[in-house]
Order: sequence, then structure tokens, then C-alpha cells
Amino acid sequence: MALLEIRDLVVHFRIRGGVVRAVEGISFDVETGEAVGLVGESGCGKTTTVLAINRLLPPNGRIVSGSIRLDGEELTALRRGAFRRKRWKEMSVIFQGAMNSLNPVLRVGDQVREPILLHEPGVTRREANRRVSELFELVGINPARKKQYPHEFSGGMRQRVMIAMALANRPRLVFGDEPTTALDVMVQAQILELLERLRREFGLAMVLITHDLSVVAETCERAVVMYAGQLVETGPMELLHDRPLHPYTLRLMRSVPDVEGPRDLGAGIPGQPPDLAAPPSGCRFHPRCDHAVAACLAAFPPGRSFGTGHRVACHAVSDEGRLRAPSELPLLSGAAVVLAAEESGAELAMLDHPDDPPGVEGAA
Amino acid sequence: MIELHGVRVHFPLRQGLFEAFRGRPRGAVRAVDGVDLRVGASEVVALVGESGCGKTTTGRALVRLAPITAGRVVLDGEDVTNLGGAALRAYRRRVQIIFQDPYESLNPKQTVHDIVAEPLEVHGLARGAEREERVGRALEDAGLRPAGAYRGRYPHELSGGQRQRVAIAAAMVLEPAFVVADEPVSMLDVSIRTGILKVMLDLRESRGVGYVFITHDLSLAWLIADRIAVMYLGTIVEEGPAAQLVASPAHPYTQALLSVMPSPDPKRRRRRTILAGETPDASRIPPGCRFHPRCPLAFERCRTEEPPFFEVGPGQRAACWLVESGRALPVVGTTAAAGTAAAPPAATAEP
Repeated sequence: MALLEIRDLVVHFRIRGGVVRAVEGISFDVETGEAVGLVGESGCGKTTTVLAINRLLPPNGRIVSGSIRLDGEELTALRRGAFRRKRWKEMSVIFQGAMNSLNPVLRVGDQVREPILLHEPGVTRREANRRVSELFELVGINPARKKQYPHEFSGGMRQRVMIAMALANRPRLVFGDEPTTALDVMVQAQILELLERLRREFGLAMVLITHDLSVVAETCERAVVMYAGQLVETGPMELLHDRPLHPYTLRLMRSVPDVEGPRDLGAGIPGQPPDLAAPPSGCRFHPRCDHAVAACLAAFPPGRSFGTGHRVACHAVSDEGRLRAPSELPLLSGAAVVLAAEESGAELAMLDHPDDPPGVEGAA
Repeated sequence: MIELHGVRVHFPLRQGLFEAFRGRPRGAVRAVDGVDLRVGASEVVALVGESGCGKTTTGRALVRLAPITAGRVVLDGEDVTNLGGAALRAYRRRVQIIFQDPYESLNPKQTVHDIVAEPLEVHGLARGAEREERVGRALEDAGLRPAGAYRGRYPHELSGGQRQRVAIAAAMVLEPAFVVADEPVSMLDVSIRTGILKVMLDLRESRGVGYVFITHDLSLAWLIADRIAVMYLGTIVEEGPAAQLVASPAHPYTQALLSVMPSPDPKRRRRRTILAGETPDASRIPPGCRFHPRCPLAFERCRTEEPPFFEVGPGQRAACWLVESGRALPVVGTTAAAGTAAAPPAATAEP
């Protein structure tokens, strides 16, 4: 049994005049002590997934269906009080943008102490203070700075405070929502190394939410790739890098500059992510996909497993686990447009139009 | 060709009455502290560094948006450092800037057409049908095709990528010779970036536009630039042809930056040189080599003497005492070497 098991999670947001289908039936596991990257571009539902797991969705968002199990216990069935006792103690979140997540008028030490006093009633103030000092040392801040306020800390130091806070109740699972995105590369390296060390020392499981595939490659064993609310591919990071099967993963991998790879711009991905209030039918990637066939419009393909934990949801992948080349597929007109554009020297920009994504014409 | 010669941009610090009364010298944030840079037509030069290194201020000095404390900006042999009024406007027609955040840089109350036509209006160029035509061409060059489908839209109706294309069109409508692009894709998703970069590089091919590409991302600089200049605390510490600089960095700071750059290939876990601390305050620049407090290789000389540039490869030079011996000889007589070496170690303002 995995530490965290997500099954067919569906999350919707009510908005004026409709529903945003932010997460549409995703399933994945996180094992004890494992680091899993949750990757995808803005609006793919990665942050929503984490908010849903931690019951932090805004009022207009709700879990429509699906199951979230922590150590086999169904979290969606828990009453509010019982859930609160899990949060921080069993799992916690390091939020994006440490700049705004700390209270500017409270001393940082007091902010880190708060979850300890709140969730562990047996702990005395003195004991809690001692633990705050330990936590500060752990994340590389001089404990003497406990009495300072957030504005006296640099961005990297504030992110360390956020990490100390997330670890205050010694959870077994930590979610990091773009924990290094606002930071410089050098500070990012410091923070990633710190997380790595904490993971080793405490057997901490970690879910790292990021748009940066390189950061995931450096820190995680496995990754879950999301596109527009759907899980398109998951597997060991090495397989995703060397042999991605889903056309989206493939394109995404090629869009990341790698100083030891070829020095060309690559093709990027034509078009742009869909409006989730009116998502494309079937596989939501089909309007931008150069492998799209008729089946892609009809239904989101079931995930199929190939080898060690490598699972992909794509109609263009053969039963032997190979992404069929566009020439082997009865392509949709939309996909043909994408291909033709690319061959003719990539006038991809003309497809960058919100009202008429190319694949939709093929659907009509 | 556009050149910076020993450019400094210092912002004076506010001083309390007490300090003034005691006769303490007024401090300054030395955001740019002696930068030499040269960008030719059709050339892409990337300015790379961490936040606070002065790369953005350098870019702003190039377009004369930042007050230049010392040094010269020269365009095609003409000194433009002190231009004002109509002459400055004419200069800006030839040197444009694209900002990082397409959500902030476009006026939400203007249509795409008005945003792109405004520079023409300000400069009194092209009226009536000709103006329409130039706006249309700029939009299409930026990849917004057909232009007619975008003219009447407002920024909020566009995606981030499209907004940045509008910003590019507004800069390009004046047909500038040089463009300073300040992190033009760092707010955008990776899959969208390629299209924007392609548009910029296409304009370099078709019109010979030269770019100063400001970025914190060394791998992106490597991908699109001809040359890379690495900045640290207000000065360029290393400069050279992009591929060569990344393959064989000479300055310890460049080496450290490269070593911490995450790689998309999980099989390649490099030995990382993680520097302690963060970039120090530009109002308290260390004496000697300004990198010495964080440098893993610093020795005595680095604490007292600021290193000049030394040639470390064809067209590549680094400001570090370590490369002086053995590897190569110092570049003698260039403005760069003179500019940095002549400055006394702890000088606050005037060179």
C-alpha cells in the first residue's frame, strides 16, 4: 500500500456562467520516502490537485468524485475536525512565493511555533521554542534570528522559514508548490539541496509541484505529467526523459534547453492550453497534437502501463508501447495542419489564436 | 553597432540628518559599476546574472531610461550619453526595449491596434493608411496573423504569449536597429517560449536587428545568443562566444552558475558548487574582486586588488586573478581592462 493513493480525482470550480473542469480523473501513488514531481504548464491542474488533497480549495472549488487515501485511510470521508488533525501532522504544504505567505507583523519564530502549539497540545511553550531553534538549524538559519520579522529576511531565507514551518509537526509527506520558482538559481540550488537532505534524513515523502522539468529531473525519482486537468503520462524520470511516450511529454522535454543537447530552438508546441470552462472533447491535448486521430476527440484514452510504473494515456501509442509516427496514423485535419506548418518552416504562430484552435475544425 | 564604455549607474542612498551632520559621505547603490559591452547588427548578446546583478539596469541605461553616472553610450560612433529632447526621441526610435511582464507592460484600456500605433504617433511617423499598414505588418511579423483578427482586441482578451507578441510588435513598429529584451519569456510557459523566441530571431534574420537579451537563465542564453556576458554585482565578470563560454567557463562564478543549473536529464547529476549566501547588497560592494567573499577559490590578492579582464580563449575573457597565470595574458589597452582596473578598490562614486 502506498503512502498516498489518489484515484480518479475530479475537481471542479463554479464560476459565473459555468464550471471549470480543473482536474479530470487523475490517479497516482506516492510511496513512503519517495519524491514525485507533479509537472505541467500553468492551468494544468497541478496546484489544484494539491489544494484538493489538503482541503485548501477556495469556496467555489470542490472535489466532485474520486478517492484520496493516506496510509489506506480515506481522507475525503473525514469530518473537518478529524482532517485538521491530519494536516501539518501527517502532511503539510510549502507554498509558492514565500514573500506573501508569511505574516509580516509576526516574528518568524512565533509563526513556525504556531503549528506545534496548535497541533500538539501536550507540548509546553518552552519545549516548542526549543523545537523551533532545532528547526531553524535544520534549514540553515541562525536560531538567533527567531525574533526577527519577515521583512528582515531575503527571499531564499523566507523560503527556508516556510520549509521549517512545514516540517514543524514532523509530517511524513510534504507538498512543495513551486518552492523555488521565485528564487535565483544559486538559492534554488541551496533550497533543493536542503529538501533532498531532509528527505534522506527523515524518510520524508515529497510531492514537488513545478513547471520546471529540469528541477524535477534533479530531485525526483518519478514524475506525473498533467495537461489541462488530465494525467497524460507518469513514470520514472529516466524513462520520461529518454523515452517519453505521450506527444505532450515529448514536446515538453524538447522545449527545455539542455546545454549538453542540440543547440536549436526546437518546435515548441503550437497553439495554447484550452479554456477549462469549455475544454476540447476527449483528450484535451488533441487540438495541439501532431499525432491526433479521430479516437482522440471521442474519448480520453485509458492509461496503459508499459514496464516499471510507466503509464501513458494516448491513442497514438501502440500496444507494444511505442509512439507511432504521424505517418503511420490516420491523422485529423487539425493535426495535419500542425505538421504541414512545421515542415514549411514553422509558421506556428498563426495557430496561436484563442477562438479557433485548429483541431476543432477537424471535429466539426 | 551599439556600445557601452565604462558605464556606471549609481543611485544615491537617502541619508539621515544625523549622518549628514557628522559629515559621513553619502552612500550609493552601485547598480552598474563599470560595464563595457558591444553589440553589432544582427547580433544577440545575452546579459546573464542573478537578481540584483545590474543586468536590467544595464539594459535600461542602454535605452537611456536609467540615469548614467559615468561612462558613455555610443551608437554607430555617435556619443548618445547626454542626448535630450528631440535627439533623445530620435535615438529611442532606433533602440527599443521589451519588458518582462506582458501583463503589466500593456495599457489595459487600449486596443492592440492603439498600443502598436502609439509609438508611431509619439514619433510623428506614418499617418493614415500608411500607419495602418505598418501596424498590420508589425503584428504579423510578431506572429499575430491575420492582423485584422487582433487589432480590435484588448490585452485581457489575449493569452500571455499573445500579449508578449503585442509588446514585440509595439517595439518593432518603429523598425529599431537594436532591441533590449528584458526577460521576455520568463513569465511564459516553456511550450509558448519557443514561438516568441523564433519571432525575435526571425526579425534578426530579416531586418538585421541586434538584441541585448537579458535573462537569469544561462541555458536559455546559450540557446539563442551569439555571445554571453555574465554579470555579478554591477560588473561583467566573464564574456565570450555562447557555446564556448558554456563549454569552458573560466571565472569561478560562471563555473558555479553552470554547476547548479538543473539538467533535464536525470542521469546527469553533476557535482554542484553551491555558493553560500545570496548576492550581496550593491550599496556595500566588497573591496578587491567583488566576488571574493563567496568565491571558493579566493586568495589574498582577490581581497585587495580588483582583477582586470584576461583573455582566456578566442573572444573570451574573464576578470579573475586565477586566469592571469598560465592560461593566458591579460588583454592590454582595451577600454574594459582600463575601466575596471583603474577604479580604486573601494571607490564610492566618481571614477
